[in-house]
Amino acid sequence: MLPTISPRRMAFNRFVSHKAAVVSVFILATLVLFVALSPFTARYGVNEAVQAPPNYFLSPRANAWLGTDDIGRDLYSRLIYGVRVSLIIGLFSAMISVAIGCLVGSVAGFRGGRFDDVVMRVTDLFLAFPFLVTLLVMRNMLGAITWLTPVIGELSSVRFIIVLFAIFGWMGVARIVRGQVLALKEREFIEAARAVGASRWYIVRRHLLPNSIGPIMVALTFSVVSAIIGESTLAFFGYGPQAGAGATSLGILVGQAKGAVNTGFWWLALFPCLTLVTIALTINFIGDALRDATDPRMQKDG
Amino acid sequence: MGKYLYEVLRFVLRRLAWAVPTLFLVTFLVYVALRIGTNPVESYKRINPRATPAKIQQYIEVNGLDPNYVRGYFRWLVNFVTLDWPRSIKGSREVWPQLKDALANTLRLGAAASTVGIFFGLMLGIYAALRPGGRRDVGVNTAAFVGISIPPYVSAILLQLVFAVYWSRWFGSTLFPTSGVYPPGHTGFNGWLMAKHMVLPVTVVAIQIIAVYARYMRSSLLDVLSSEYMRTARSKGISERRVLFKHGLRNALIPVVTIAALDVGSIVGGLIITENIFSYPGMGKYFLSSFGEGDFPLLMPWMVIIVASVLLFNLLADVSYAWLDPRIRLE
Repeated sequence: MLPTISPRRMAFNRFVSHKAAVVSVFILATLVLFVALSPFTARYGVNEAVQAPPNYFLSPRANAWLGTDDIGRDLYSRLIYGVRVSLIIGLFSAMISVAIGCLVGSVAGFRGGRFDDVVMRVTDLFLAFPFLVTLLVMRNMLGAITWLTPVIGELSSVRFIIVLFAIFGWMGVARIVRGQVLALKEREFIEAARAVGASRWYIVRRHLLPNSIGPIMVALTFSVVSAIIGESTLAFFGYGPQAGAGATSLGILVGQAKGAVNTGFWWLALFPCLTLVTIALTINFIGDALRDATDPRMQKDG
Repeated sequence: MGKYLYEVLRFVLRRLAWAVPTLFLVTFLVYVALRIGTNPVESYKRINPRATPAKIQQYIEVNGLDPNYVRGYFRWLVNFVTLDWPRSIKGSREVWPQLKDALANTLRLGAAASTVGIFFGLMLGIYAALRPGGRRDVGVNTAAFVGISIPPYVSAILLQLVFAVYWSRWFGSTLFPTSGVYPPGHTGFNGWLMAKHMVLPVTVVAIQIIAVYARYMRSSLLDVLSSEYMRTARSKGISERRVLFKHGLRNALIPVVTIAALDVGSIVGGLIITENIFSYPGMGKYFLSSFGEGDFPLLMPWMVIIVASVLLFNLLADVSYAWLDPRIRLE
């Protein structure tokens, strides 16, 4: 005797059965809460020294929980500010890339033909290249085109980084959405919709995209991770956002660790790295559970 | 079989016929992107502030930096193909000797890391897939997830911290050196020293590869194991071991080989990051330093090598897929 439960409920149950993902949700929620409440959770300003000099490279202690950096700033507070910038970059660029990716992917999959060929060739090629190289070359190129600056911001602004990742991020999403659309478009209900005279755009909007929501959500989580890691990578090599005097980013903090390694100030390396890995890992786990939850083929009995 | 071989050959030739125009197109795009992005003429003037107009004109000439991009590209192409490569902006040095050394170092590092990474990745994937849902499966899966979530520079920095600082503090001697190929001042070849210097960079790159391959292998093998022909093989009474090796692994490896060839871009990406952190004089260090300087004559040949190898491995992926899986039609 099967109890009647809605598909949504079933997906939820599957998500919850992924233990790592549930733990991840809690960790990530705590982190986001800390960041959102930064006026209360941060103990110092972003550029504020914890005490009068000598205050540089203090190991973790009562007035600086995670130690201080080369000019005496509290690492714990800076991590909170840094994660805030990184999360903003991750979320915004992921949302833009998912929007573009859905549009391009569904059109390519649904219409097929020349457009599909060209788009997929281009994305294949882009995705085959070392990400860092493409990113750096595109970054400099876009930064040098002066008439674009009012739209996408200065080379070292957060907006520029968001645009940069959006330009790359959509390709992976488009590929996923296209695959999904290709699989769906031969199904009976699409045929039925076409038979009653629904327009293409209507079918895409009301049938194809809602039915692809699972893979799209998964793609969203992975784009967030890749944007956050990408920002850190750029910042690590000194090409990241100069978030201005009032801000920092996770990448800048991880980059600072580089200099501290040889001197053995372990806290400067360990804590930013741990934070970055925690964010990446938790979002990845959530994405994995979302995939399990929304992919009907993964249905397990019981 | 002869007919099949002929078909494969034709297939390869057709793919090659596609790859060549793609190579030109992509290098043209790279050329334009680099010219806009790094502004080679300005970089030249910046590094040689007292260059005479004649000198600058000559530099523009040999590098194919004509204001018209198409004409400039062809000029560059002619010089490139005739091996008349311009000298680097900084230090006015010949490009090929530097590039050759960097390439050799990177190939060594990449080959070592790929071998280690693919071997352990496949082993772990098989190990996990044999008992799906069991404790080892969950363990391998979780570890692989952690592996793909750790960016190479994070593992590199943490390893450096341990081996450059704390190891000698705790145990009184250094175990693995953390930079370069040889200690400073060393000359000549010494395989043992070289291997010692490569341990940490190889570990960093291999972690990524292991994580990726373990996941691929696991899911591929799971797919195969649940297929009909496996059940048939078992029902014929073949031993479990033979079923696994003869039928399971061979078929599971087909998609993995293809992915291996397509994955070369991400391995190069990991190498670039790793080389820079460990000051390993390979392609990655070469790229980032010449990119930072905007050194166009150094950058273009590097790009050509990368573009060509990406296209080559794409081709290999297609071909190996067709070769290994006779069900694929070579139309």
